[in-house]
Amino acid sequence: MRSDSTSHSPPPPATAAAAPPLLSVRGLCRHFPIHGRGFGRKVIGTVRAVDDVSFDLHAGETLGLVGESGSGKTTTARCIMRAITPTSGEVIFHPRDGTAVDLARLPEPALKPLRPRMQMIFQDPFSSLNPRMTVGEIVGEPLVIHGLAKGDELDARVDDILRKVGLKPEHRTSYPHAFSGGQRQRIGIARALIMRPSLIVADEAVSALDVSVQAQVLNLLKDLQAEFQLTYLFVAHNLDVVRHFCDRVAVMYAGRIVELAPTARMFERPLHPYTKALLAAVPWPDPEVKMKFDVPGEIADPSRLPPGCAFHPRCKECYAPCLRHRPELRDATGDGRFAACHRHDPAHASGVEN
Amino acid sequence: MTASESVPRPSPSSRQDDFVLEVTDLRTYFDTDDGVLPAVDGVTFSIKRGQTLALVGESGCGKSVTSHSLLRLIQRPGRIVGGKILLHSARAGEIDIAQLKENSRQLFQVRGGLISMIFQEPMTALSPVHTIGDQVTEAIFLHQKVSVAEARRLAIEMLGKVGLSAPEQRFSQYPHEISGGMRQRVVIAMALVCRPELLIADEPTTALDVTIQAQILSLIKTLQREIGCSVLLITHDLGVVAQTADEVAVMYLGRIVEHGPVRELLKNPRHPYTQGLLQSIPALNRGTRLASIPGMVPALTAIPPGCPFHPRCPHAQTGRCDHGGAPPLRPIAPGRDVACLRAEEIAGVAGEVASASGK
Ligand SMILES: Nc1ncnc2c1ncn2[C@@H]1O[C@H](COP(=O)(O)OP(=O)(O)OP(=O)(O)O)[C@@H](O)[C@H]1O
Ligand SMILES: Nc1ncnc2c1ncn2[C@@H]1O[C@H](COP(=O)(O)OP(=O)(O)OP(=O)(O)O)[C@@H](O)[C@H]1O
Ligand SMILES: [Mg+2]
Ligand SMILES: [Mg+2]
Repeated sequence: MRSDSTSHSPPPPATAAAAPPLLSVRGLCRHFPIHGRGFGRKVIGTVRAVDDVSFDLHAGETLGLVGESGSGKTTTARCIMRAITPTSGEVIFHPRDGTAVDLARLPEPALKPLRPRMQMIFQDPFSSLNPRMTVGEIVGEPLVIHGLAKGDELDARVDDILRKVGLKPEHRTSYPHAFSGGQRQRIGIARALIMRPSLIVADEAVSALDVSVQAQVLNLLKDLQAEFQLTYLFVAHNLDVVRHFCDRVAVMYAGRIVELAPTARMFERPLHPYTKALLAAVPWPDPEVKMKFDVPGEIADPSRLPPGCAFHPRCKECYAPCLRHRPELRDATGDGRFAACHRHDPAHASGVEN
Repeated sequence: MTASESVPRPSPSSRQDDFVLEVTDLRTYFDTDDGVLPAVDGVTFSIKRGQTLALVGESGCGKSVTSHSLLRLIQRPGRIVGGKILLHSARAGEIDIAQLKENSRQLFQVRGGLISMIFQEPMTALSPVHTIGDQVTEAIFLHQKVSVAEARRLAIEMLGKVGLSAPEQRFSQYPHEISGGMRQRVVIAMALVCRPELLIADEPTTALDVTIQAQILSLIKTLQREIGCSVLLITHDLGVVAQTADEVAVMYLGRIVEHGPVRELLKNPRHPYTQGLLQSIPALNRGTRLASIPGMVPALTAIPPGCPFHPRCPHAQTGRCDHGGAPPLRPIAPGRDVACLRAEEIAGVAGEVASASGK
């Protein structure tokens, strides 16, 4: 059932390390049917939410995933976690024991023992916490489900992790409704961390926090990363946070990765025109430095993508090939910066501008 | 108790010309097993007509409870125990929202269009069993008498205005079928179709990418000019504050600790809490570790005596900041108020932040 789009997926992004990456995503696709109005809600189209996404995630690194709202970041994350099943593509997981499994195709019973190793921190702290459970039950639940702790040990581990995320052991008996948005987000983080996972997918994990608590949580996530060799896939809209926190950044637009590069280099000189627009729109905390909004036109609709490059109708640097051919994600500079843009395709070297 | 002590008083010096909302000594408490939690404890602020006031502060300091109080959305075990919420409405005159009876016509009028709100949690603001189109058109019917076809046209137009792709198609989709950011745009569309006099936006753009954020913020600005509405903007993003607010109020543990014009407040914060907040911004940190305010916010059941911030404050003085009541919010410069006993003495420290924020 592999869609043919995977056959022309980009070459695997270069890896410096000899060890296999913790996670290799290849040609990942997830499509959703669109239902019409009226009786039976017949299928009238397809949303290409994630469309041929490939990247590696190395053990111990933090990869930022940024991009337009609706570009498929959460869907990508949920496919990796197998919260949903990908339409096609591979998600190869290399746990430390040298084996390799394709999470995309593993049946549920085989997935279950792997689940504790991958944890997700969610975007919406309101709908992701069960309102009928106490904080202690929510945070300790994964340990209970997997039979890893009970009684006093369970309580001790819950208290310990609550303290680590800046909550208090007394909070154990309260219900989520009594907490503010930021406090609930810490509950979600505690629940993920208590499993001592090797991979954490954090979807907007710190966006509900005030900057001081955000700083504390980011510092905490960094400390835990060093302590437990954690690998993070960090989905976020706050580019200041991404710049500070991530080793590499992947930028998504309309279901695809359009740029992938080491953080510092991307922020110094973004290659893809969408990345440039994104960086220009970051609001600086100074009223005199105005943010720029310079992407005209309609937001991409992943059910009706234009031919060629999906960004071309809104792109200032668009030229003839962009209307016809979909650009592949390629090593644009020979130094590990990947861009899916005809302007940066070595084959069209004349189009590259500095 | 009549709610109609709210006759507009046309007098040349009337504050209703200048202010759309004046909140005085608002107190909203929660009765819990652990005791009474003073989530909002004596909050005073006002919003100038046509302007944007940003409300910032630590998670859990009472921003959302404050904004819910303005619409009387506080439910048990919470209750408003005191204070005034004066709305100077151009359409409906002066109303003390704190005094309105539940189910009164005026309260319905306030909620149904005079003040509208974009909630922090888009999923709870949307019904999972109704289509997006149904929900936006319902918001229209709430305050406008139009035909079904006209409502549909207005709804689709507004969905397009907030930047939703293929609005006709989105019209018949359900909230779970769209991304988090799109849901938030639907919520924004529902709030804006009412053409409110005051828009309360609780973290309206946190779930959006920065280009759409910029677009939404400018959309809110345009609408603000178009219909002269005022905005109470709650956000953690000090970049968003800098780009959109006219004034800023900083909250800590249920109280406003600093209030002032955006430029002055960001360049020269006077309260040590505001100073700590600004120093935590990743954009202004280039090291590997971010600066943050030491310690945690105390529980509402154990608010420290004296200045509630003193246990975390680098400038706290024993014998001065750690006993008695909380320091009152007092004027310190034209248009600037601060609730710190030592504000004048520590003024020099603030300069560091000012120079760090100049790009
Ligand atoms: N269950 C679903 N049914 C139909 N369409 C869906 C479903 N889930 C997601 N989509 C669509 O897939 C696309 C990608 O959504 P996704 O939530 O992954 O975006 P995102 O990048 O996380 O956006 P945001 O930044 O707003 O959170 C959107 O167009 C969305 O409408
Ligand atoms: N239903 C409730 N029962 C008990 N306490 C509550 C309830 N709702 C809110 N609180 C308390 O009121 C305080 C203020 O909460 P609020 O939601 O206003 O914070 P906030 O400033 O909006 O925070 P955030 O930035 O995280 O959204 C919190 O400490 C919270 O625990
Ligand atoms: Mg998302
Ligand atoms: Mg809140």
